[in-house]
Amino acid sequence: MRSLFAKEITSIAKKNKKVVLLSGDIGNRMFDKFKDFAPERFINCGIAEANMMSLASGMALCGLRPVIYTITPFTTTRCLEQIKIGAAYHDANLLIIGTGSGLSYSELGPTHHSLEDIAVIRSIPGIRILTPSDPEELKVHLNESLLLNGPTYIRIGKKGEPNIFSKNNNLGIGKANLLKKGSDVLIITMGPIVSEALKASNDLSGENIDVAVATIGSIKPLDKKFLIEQITRNYKYWITLEEHGLVGGLGSLILEWALENSYLSKLKLKRIAVESKFINRLGNQDYTRKILKLDSSGIKETIKKLCLN
Amino acid sequence: MNTDLNIIAKTLRRKIIETSFRARIAHIGSCLSCIDLLVYLYWCELKINPSESENIHRDRFILSKGHGAPGLFQVLAAKGFFPLHLLEEFGKPGSVFHEHPPKPGYIAGIEAATGSLGHGLPMALGMALAERIQKLEYRTYAMLSDGECNEGSIWEAAMLASAQKLNKLTVIIDYNKWQATSRSQKVMAIEPLSDKWKSFGWDVQEIDGHDFSQIENSFNKAREESKPSTIIAHTIKGKGVSFMEDDNNWHYRIPNADELQRSIRELEDGL
Ligand SMILES: Cc1ncc(C[n+]2csc(CCOP(=O)(O)OP(=O)(O)O)c2C)c(N)n1
Ligand SMILES: [Mg+2]
Repeated sequence: MRSLFAKEITSIAKKNKKVVLLSGDIGNRMFDKFKDFAPERFINCGIAEANMMSLASGMALCGLRPVIYTITPFTTTRCLEQIKIGAAYHDANLLIIGTGSGLSYSELGPTHHSLEDIAVIRSIPGIRILTPSDPEELKVHLNESLLLNGPTYIRIGKKGEPNIFSKNNNLGIGKANLLKKGSDVLIITMGPIVSEALKASNDLSGENIDVAVATIGSIKPLDKKFLIEQITRNYKYWITLEEHGLVGGLGSLILEWALENSYLSKLKLKRIAVESKFINRLGNQDYTRKILKLDSSGIKETIKKLCLN
Repeated sequence: MNTDLNIIAKTLRRKIIETSFRARIAHIGSCLSCIDLLVYLYWCELKINPSESENIHRDRFILSKGHGAPGLFQVLAAKGFFPLHLLEEFGKPGSVFHEHPPKPGYIAGIEAATGSLGHGLPMALGMALAERIQKLEYRTYAMLSDGECNEGSIWEAAMLASAQKLNKLTVIIDYNKWQATSRSQKVMAIEPLSDKWKSFGWDVQEIDGHDFSQIENSFNKAREESKPSTIIAHTIKGKGVSFMEDDNNWHYRIPNADELQRSIRELEDGL
């Protein structure tokens, strides 16, 4: 996803002269093409993320469209007050990209895990939160958010994420997508981990459990129409799946939505997310997903347990 | 003594590279640039008994540039903080030995989890204050990288340490002139680095960070100061392997089999 980001932001910046790219000393060589054609609009702000966030707000208040790029914890929790005050309170037109989200940098340890970014940013008023699942969706989100007013946070993976969407999907800010139909269980997910959900769904069809898979794509704004439509389908269970902590993420969001709209009684919901604990014994993303039962076999196991009870 | 330290450092350089190759761990350049300083600290300067690594009077050392951990782990193993064979787990799934130091309690000798730059020095500052408040007997050391000095938190700590006259706090800056994607001077105009620290109220020394007698003199002098001390160690990223020296690709790169053999040959030379 990060290479799609580099490519797409370069082509957007060619058309839109207001777009400025700010990096926190990462993305070695990735932005060479951007720097070649608009060196004055690329600034390596160094390893000083709080400063980078506030200066971006300043740029936005003077008419530019800054895009901030660094590793997710450093572009979110590291500078949370700068996001709250500079970006959100000022309705600044800036775009925050968190790369290597969730457990993408699993083996680098808790300093590089981002399992609370959605929770904390969701609690701040006035900031969009987008969680594209593949490069194509990221492309649409990038283009749309640079046309809207106010701040946007886009949470992306690292590299090599598979393509998920086809031409038939309805991509865009505030748009969820049903990727696979099913009648027993609905998995709602976000981000590249959708591939684990799709695999689990395929595996379970062999065991006569019919699992639908949907991606939410946009945490804020939320595709409420889509959710209401899903309610009418009377699934036995809803599952939320996220590479994020249990507290305050997608699962919490769906629960809150259901409560506020009086759907709670119609909904049997199970949240698959990372328990609120630091991960000290490390491995790569696949390993950690497996240990935490966020991988396809863990998802399968959870669904089977639900359905057989 | 210096020839011994040189031999130790060469041996550890080799282990760092072998581990990187085997376990696919990045940041070789960053480890090679500070390994001489780490060897001096652990063999000659720090008062820490490896078999009593939780003694309340031990000196505290924090690797603020946490991505140098693959170097620090080699040093701690060689000093006997934990059995050498534990390093066979390096990089394996479920291991605590990966690119950054975990929080204390998982690897003996590690005082703080670092890896997010800019946290280590403020934590060291707290440890130095804790020594004074509780009337303990230790010195506190933090090793920073030049890129890390981009972070405002470093300078916030620098000002408070000076206001608090924390003369038992020593900072070592691994000044290899590179950060992740560019020359550090180009990104942030870090120079004049020495004057910056001086103007923040610190005693400052500039040394060659690969010369053991200069390293020795600087730590001896820092111990006599009435202010906090910074040792700006001019270093070479990737030091010790000709084709890695001052080539910042080795911030991320992992050697292939041929590069591994070539570096081993160079490091065996003179042993
Ligand atoms: C707060 C924070 N931002 C960004 C990073 C990503 N990162 C890891 S190492 C590094 C820069 C390395 O340069 P320097 O600090 O000079 O250390 P060296 O490798 O040269 O010793 C960066 C930006 C990080 N670890 N922490
Ligand atoms: Mg450096």
